[in-house]
Amino acid sequence: MSADVLVTETVNKTFGAITAAQDVTVAVPQGAVWSLIGANGAGKTTFVNMVTGYVKPDSGRILFEGSDITMLSPRQITRLGIRRSFQIPQLCAELSVLENMLVSLSINDTEPPSFWQKARSASDVERAMGILEQFKIADTYDRLMGELSAGVRKLLDIAMAISGAPRVMLLDEPTSGVAAEEKFPIMDLVMEVLSAADVTILFVEHDMDIVTRYSQRVLAFYDGQIVANDAPDEVLADEVVQRYVTGTAK
Amino acid sequence: MSFARSVPVACVLALAVLVAIGLMLPEWAMFLTTMAFAKGMVALGIVCLMRAGLVSFGQGLYFCIGAYVSGLMANWTGITDIFLLSALGIVAAAIVAAVFGPLLATYRGIFFAMLTLSLSMILYGFLSKLSVLGGTDGLNVMAPTFLGYAPEGRALGLALYVFTCTIVVVAGGLIRVFFDSEHGLIALAIRDNELRVEYLGASVRNEIAISYVMAAILGSLGGVIAGLAIGHVDPEFSYWTTSGEFVFVAILSGYVSIGAVFISSVVLEVVRSFSNLYFPNTWQLSLGIFLLVVILLLPNGLGSLLSRLKRKKRSS
Repeated sequence: MSADVLVTETVNKTFGAITAAQDVTVAVPQGAVWSLIGANGAGKTTFVNMVTGYVKPDSGRILFEGSDITMLSPRQITRLGIRRSFQIPQLCAELSVLENMLVSLSINDTEPPSFWQKARSASDVERAMGILEQFKIADTYDRLMGELSAGVRKLLDIAMAISGAPRVMLLDEPTSGVAAEEKFPIMDLVMEVLSAADVTILFVEHDMDIVTRYSQRVLAFYDGQIVANDAPDEVLADEVVQRYVTGTAK
Repeated sequence: MSFARSVPVACVLALAVLVAIGLMLPEWAMFLTTMAFAKGMVALGIVCLMRAGLVSFGQGLYFCIGAYVSGLMANWTGITDIFLLSALGIVAAAIVAAVFGPLLATYRGIFFAMLTLSLSMILYGFLSKLSVLGGTDGLNVMAPTFLGYAPEGRALGLALYVFTCTIVVVAGGLIRVFFDSEHGLIALAIRDNELRVEYLGASVRNEIAISYVMAAILGSLGGVIAGLAIGHVDPEFSYWTTSGEFVFVAILSGYVSIGAVFISSVVLEVVRSFSNLYFPNTWQLSLGIFLLVVILLLPNGLGSLLSRLKRKKRSS
């Protein structure tokens, strides 16, 4: 592990009377694989939304590689290297799997998108198919979103996000809505691809088996606050976490 | 055949066919086709916006700008060369669209449609009240010349028809290239899910503004041609019913095929002309019924026929 790639400093956010983030302070080192746990409404997704620019904090700062990104737009933050996937995969329903990937490649190419270059050029299709193959969904290339399983949709959502060579990836519930037997294979695949690309990973998860298996550290959220920030075994053994987060307190 | 070569080849073939047809057409049909193609250019602009998920109800604004630029330049400066007038129309529309495009690109759905409509109606009101521009009567427009060639009678109609076909084919080819390009695919993605596009790092606002400026240029070219073909321009070019006609053509054609836009425009002109002739008091009713039938049978427009056939072929 090296220097901190992502830092939040006393970040606060309220929605009316609801406190979604209260003095959230975190420093994530480069190459880390951390998970975010908490009951619904605990502030996990608000944290992801604030880091990716969708929601602006009321106070506090968010730093990416030392630069203040607190007030930047999602697009600007994406361009800097922070990517995300969504709890409900955000895909283009009228486009095929391959076309979805081509959209991502067109935007994330080293050159700006072209008015002349064909989006479906042989080289772009080859690159797109290469990424789909990495995620083992290349055989679905000509399918529309309505024809895909939840697992394939999740993988495509992540594959589209990774095409821009991100430094940090935030995965919002990567296995939610996926069949039980698909969860571990999907996570294995995602972790393999992202680790090979040396991406720092933060993932929101409700399944504690996945949390303990894949994360090096866990941030437990409750009522907008981080109530525990430690190794998975330590966090899951914490009394406060057991009472308010996992509901396993005896 | 590669993409880079197939589009120019298709354009040359299309132009040859259109010119050959034009040589056989009677004068009234040539005029009707010229007008249909001019309006089709404006509708093609709306199709560019439709591909990004937006519909403009105010493309009459640019149709009118193009028409008035050609009329005023001819009357005030004596410039009658159609190439120069077209270039001036493009510049005028691009300047206006560059001002309004980024502002309008922040709006979606009905708000975008109504704002575009209001801009065209502002121009309508402005032109109607300004007597120096002819007020509600408008202006007569001098006959165009073609790089020094000044035809008259049928030759003028034919020259204008050939010019229009050339513009249609070149613009159609360029727009085809755009639709198939990276920007074109991003526009389609915006139509589907603009949140995703922003989170991939593209500016949805810029992409929409680009489509808006392109639509304006196409609209203005259509206006230049229509003004010169009719020989008269008036504020009605910017009136909301005129803009409605362009939307009508765009809906009729769908956003898949460029050829379908011009075919739809011709079909509409033919239906309207003959309805007007045979049912002078109820021709709008026939047009409405015609549109209803098309929407019922082909909800994605005439252009979707081709993709339907392709899908059928693939599945069989």
